[in-house]
Amino acid sequence: MNKKQSLFHIAKRDTLPWYKSFAIRGCAILLALVVCAVVTMLLTGENPVNIFATIFKGAFGSARKSWVTFQNLAVLLGISLAVTPAFKMRFWNIGAEGQVLIGCLATAACMICLADKLPNAVLILVSLAAALAAGALWGFLPAFFKAKWNTNETLFTLMMNYIATQLAAFFIIVWEVPKGAGKIGIINQGTEAGWLPVVGGQKYLLVILVVAVLTVFMYIYLNYSKHGYEIAVVGESQRTASYAGIKVERVIVRTMVLSGAVCGLMGLLLTAGTDHTLTTTIVGGRGFTAVMVSWMAKFNPIIMIFTSLLLVVLGRGASEISSTFGLNQSFSDILTGIILFFIIGSEFFITYQVSLRKSGKKEA
Amino acid sequence: MKKFLALLLSLSMVLALSACGGTKSDDTTKADETKTDAPAETATDFKVGFIMLHDENSTYDLNFINAAKEACEKLGVEYKIITNVPEGQECYDKAAELADDGCNIIFADSFGHEDYMIQAAKEFPNVQFCHSTGTKAHTEGLSNYHNAFASIYEGRYLAGVAAGMKLNDMIANGYITEDQAKMGYVGAFTYAEVISGYTSFYLGAKSVCPSVTMDVTFTGSWYDETAEKEGANKLIANGCVLISQHADSMGAPTACETAGVPNVSYNGSTQAACPNTFIVSSRIDWAPYYEYAITAAMNGEAIDADWTGTLATGSVVLTDVNTTAAAEGTQEAIDAVKAELENGTRHVFDCSTFTVKGETLTSSKADVDTDPNYTPDTEAIVDGYFAESTFRSAPYFDLQIDGINLLDTNFGG
Repeated sequence: MNKKQSLFHIAKRDTLPWYKSFAIRGCAILLALVVCAVVTMLLTGENPVNIFATIFKGAFGSARKSWVTFQNLAVLLGISLAVTPAFKMRFWNIGAEGQVLIGCLATAACMICLADKLPNAVLILVSLAAALAAGALWGFLPAFFKAKWNTNETLFTLMMNYIATQLAAFFIIVWEVPKGAGKIGIINQGTEAGWLPVVGGQKYLLVILVVAVLTVFMYIYLNYSKHGYEIAVVGESQRTASYAGIKVERVIVRTMVLSGAVCGLMGLLLTAGTDHTLTTTIVGGRGFTAVMVSWMAKFNPIIMIFTSLLLVVLGRGASEISSTFGLNQSFSDILTGIILFFIIGSEFFITYQVSLRKSGKKEA
Repeated sequence: MKKFLALLLSLSMVLALSACGGTKSDDTTKADETKTDAPAETATDFKVGFIMLHDENSTYDLNFINAAKEACEKLGVEYKIITNVPEGQECYDKAAELADDGCNIIFADSFGHEDYMIQAAKEFPNVQFCHSTGTKAHTEGLSNYHNAFASIYEGRYLAGVAAGMKLNDMIANGYITEDQAKMGYVGAFTYAEVISGYTSFYLGAKSVCPSVTMDVTFTGSWYDETAEKEGANKLIANGCVLISQHADSMGAPTACETAGVPNVSYNGSTQAACPNTFIVSSRIDWAPYYEYAITAAMNGEAIDADWTGTLATGSVVLTDVNTTAAAEGTQEAIDAVKAELENGTRHVFDCSTFTVKGETLTSSKADVDTDPNYTPDTEAIVDGYFAESTFRSAPYFDLQIDGINLLDTNFGG
């Protein structure tokens, strides 16, 4: 039977040299910007150059804006680093949102309940331990069930998000001020008990430094440690790993505990470091955005700095656009969507080669 | 094929390079322009900043946005509105950015913004920070941090009078008996602001229709169209013949229009969507406060720590009565009661008009100074009535009076 053939022939490529793959990515971003510009002009009549300039201004327009951008970058990057080992192991952990939130909840609990019982330094250490433990527990449970009974980790981690959200909602009612408001507000605003210290006179510097250290640690851990190697092997093939004498179950549980604990640490940085509160939306979807950051960077912590920077700058610029041009916030979401579409799309052209068929008959 | 690809790539790289070069030079000229502009602006002009929780798609925020534009245009001052600012650290960041930008006075519109506004107020002592619906200004002791609210309970009371008139009309027509005069109320949270609102609405109705009772249900959200719609439908199924609400979506009004049940609305007229059931709506007009605070800041005068707008300041307003749905003579009745409220011969929370657990109140301590233990700290009964919004601008009436039946409670989350 003569099968009808499509016009294009798609084949998997050999690994491209780095400059070629980067050229494709650069090309994709460029195309994305052109499409954004056209869409902007057609829909709003604004000059696209002004829009891009405003995005840039929104992210880096003043020293304060730059600090906030880097703080946002640090938080997103930190959560992305946390989910990366699990993804490298091909463990579909989409529970970062809940793991961070439970870290926030543990921190808030320490700050509210122990503020007048412990000296500040001890309180921070207790908060740290609680946040790490809570996050680790949220990572451990799905991993343990996966390792023991082969449960579906995607569903399990997703469900754990809801449990964390509901727990946070419950305790917000317990701690709300005033009654019925449904808000905790800034915790210990007067005493600043349990607040992480301000480093170098800059509110957000500590978070940035911690995540910088974390990035280097994660890079070394994944690429140069025995654990990192085991993770990579388990990710490639669990059978091969077993054959090579790697205890797969142990690697899964250990890696997820690490993932969860790092998420818990990010929760501590959010609640004790910058926001000083607990809301059900404090993580703000960054647990899910982190999945994209991690995948777009192919699990490379250094590349992740750039992918998360891109997303953060677009997000920060978005709100600047909406206030400067009087456009709805949704417009910048459209721009972000276009840019992501092209970036993710470009990965296809890096992995596969597309060629035009010269003649269907000849190649059959 | 390979050649073609190589060509394409090299072309794109050249384009990318040239494009980068192009935008760079653009950026620098842009920066130069703004730099030369900036000092001139700040030297001559007074600038106002606004922080809004959502954008104009929320009726709550739209009400603030319209007032902000109206006040600033009337006073001829430059202003900047930032929308979609969540109730977290972003609020502080935005407030600080506005202060950096040269704003002399900054307003925020949502309850959860309060602590972050206080944080910013401490850092920028020369900038005025005004927060609507907050509770902490009178205890915080900062000279540049202020709260504002309005005696919306008076507006709700007047809307309640319109509701009572409608119930009387239904009784007179034989549509319901006196015992069946039951209203329904969809509230957001079991929070003082909401409790004060539905109680004053109920008392307004009771002042003209003594047999009225009311069921209240809570959605646990300030904006949840589905929950508000379901809440209204539940109340209608329970035999409520008139519905009002304190939440920000069109859920309850549209449910009423579908079911053909009269509705007393909030935040502005819903007549366009509900021509047959909309009776009247009360709302807070924030423009008088914005004008007051901005003018005071421009003249270097002190702004009240707590400012309560009233019927007299034009802060509490009612829409026109929809004659299709309302009883005859509603507007006249509202005007008469309004005059009594304004000259002080009538009080909304007059203790002789309601009972708590069968007893008339002679003393009641309210939680006016916000603290984590909700300690009742201030005697609120003055001259035989509960003095709402006097000791601070935000409402603090949170008593469960007889005649109102809470189907559920929702304290937040």
